Amino acid sequence: MVAISSRRRSLVLLTIVVVAQVLMLAIQIQRTNTEGENKNLARSWSVGLISPFERAGTWGVGKVRGTWRHYFALSDAAKENEGLKQENDSLKLQITQLRGKAAEADRLAKLMNFRESQEKVPMIGAHVIAASPDANSAVIYLDRGQRDGIKKNMGVITADGVVGKVIESFSNTAQVLLLTDRESGVGAMIEESRIQSPVRGLGEPLISMSYVSNDDEVKVGEHVVTSGTDRIFPRELPVGTIIEVKQGPPPFKYIRLRPAAQLEKLEEVIVLLTMDPLAMKKPAQTTGAAAPLSPAATEAAPKPAASKRTQEPAAKPAEKPQ
Amino acid sequence: MNDAFDLRIGESHIEVHKFRGGTILFATALALFVQAFVPIYFPKVAIVDLPLLITIYFGLSRRNPSTGLLLGCVVGSLQDLLGKTPLGFYGIAKTLIGFAASSIGGKLDTEHPAARFALTAVFFALHQGIVVLIQRLLLAHAEPWFTARLAIAALVNSLVGVVLYFFLDRLRRS
Repeated sequence: MVAISSRRRSLVLLTIVVVAQVLMLAIQIQRTNTEGENKNLARSWSVGLISPFERAGTWGVGKVRGTWRHYFALSDAAKENEGLKQENDSLKLQITQLRGKAAEADRLAKLMNFRESQEKVPMIGAHVIAASPDANSAVIYLDRGQRDGIKKNMGVITADGVVGKVIESFSNTAQVLLLTDRESGVGAMIEESRIQSPVRGLGEPLISMSYVSNDDEVKVGEHVVTSGTDRIFPRELPVGTIIEVKQGPPPFKYIRLRPAAQLEKLEEVIVLLTMDPLAMKKPAQTTGAAAPLSPAATEAAPKPAASKRTQEPAAKPAEKPQ
Repeated sequence: MNDAFDLRIGESHIEVHKFRGGTILFATALALFVQAFVPIYFPKVAIVDLPLLITIYFGLSRRNPSTGLLLGCVVGSLQDLLGKTPLGFYGIAKTLIGFAASSIGGKLDTEHPAARFALTAVFFALHQGIVVLIQRLLLAHAEPWFTARLAIAALVNSLVGVVLYFFLDRLRRS
């Protein structure tokens, strides 16, 4: 037992002595590397000995950090993601609101421009606050009424064209029958040929020009404006654009128009506060009005062709607006 | 005063020798002096490695591995200090030889001249092998493992060793 213990002791001593001398040698020896630099062997050994551990440590730490970041720290990422989503939704909402405001600004600018161009025409702006709950009638409600001077049968327009007429006026609200309603009509004429005919609603997005003779030449794309004969709307207000022309059952053509005003997207309108015949002037500058007033609108007196071509029968509905 | 005592390992009885006071120190110093001085006038004597022979002899005689390796360490380190080799060069080699000699000396009868001759040759070769290994690994010197001169040196050292051991035996306490 003693011998075994002594042998172990001597082996340990041998190891210590040899290692100490090896280290002593390493400290003294200078190695020349491939680049011609003298490197201390002990330093090279130390670096060589430690670098694998450092490398392993760096690898381990990187793995741990990666694991932490990609898995355990995902709760923070989820929170951050949730916050970003909320922020994104908020920004989207802001964008939508700003777009709406920009569109509203455009519309108001058009109305303002139109109104400024018609200084002598009494009119008032109003917001559409509701529409008819009845699908068979095209009616809207405005936020202005009798207190603002709005009366029954006053014309309602936008900068784009005719909207309809007031069919009922309350103290703070007015009810407007749109041009597309079956019971609606307006005195109109084709802008180029000055052929007059009432335009009526059909209960659908398109409107019709009912009393144009089959002998008259009418083309798709021609513009139709108010004729002023209904005593509601002044002359030369855009009513619509002809999109379909057919030979109808004699003696009248089958003509369909797309309304000039965007009746399905109304938000702001102008109410004409007069029942007297008016002459509209062309706006000095329109900001994107889809159908600006025709040059003829600047003329106070109707063109000779217009009076000559007045062919509307006395019984036509447009002459007697409802 | 004990001149010698028996170390019992299994069934064998190995005799451990002790020397007169200062014998090891004096013999080591003398060996180093001769190794450093004599070759100046007799260069061929340099083939004999007296410090190595001293290490082998006292290792075999003392038969204590710890003492043997420490003696080899001291002798080798002194040889390094007196020479131009880096400290530890011969120190390592002679430490291992001292350990090996004292370990083997505790198991074999190393009193016979033939056994001493053979063991000295083996230890000389082992010593040279360690030196070459150190040169190759640490100093990056491509030293050959075996040469004819090395074989002759082993033979000469073994012969000198047998004679030297005979005189050193006279310094034992007996």
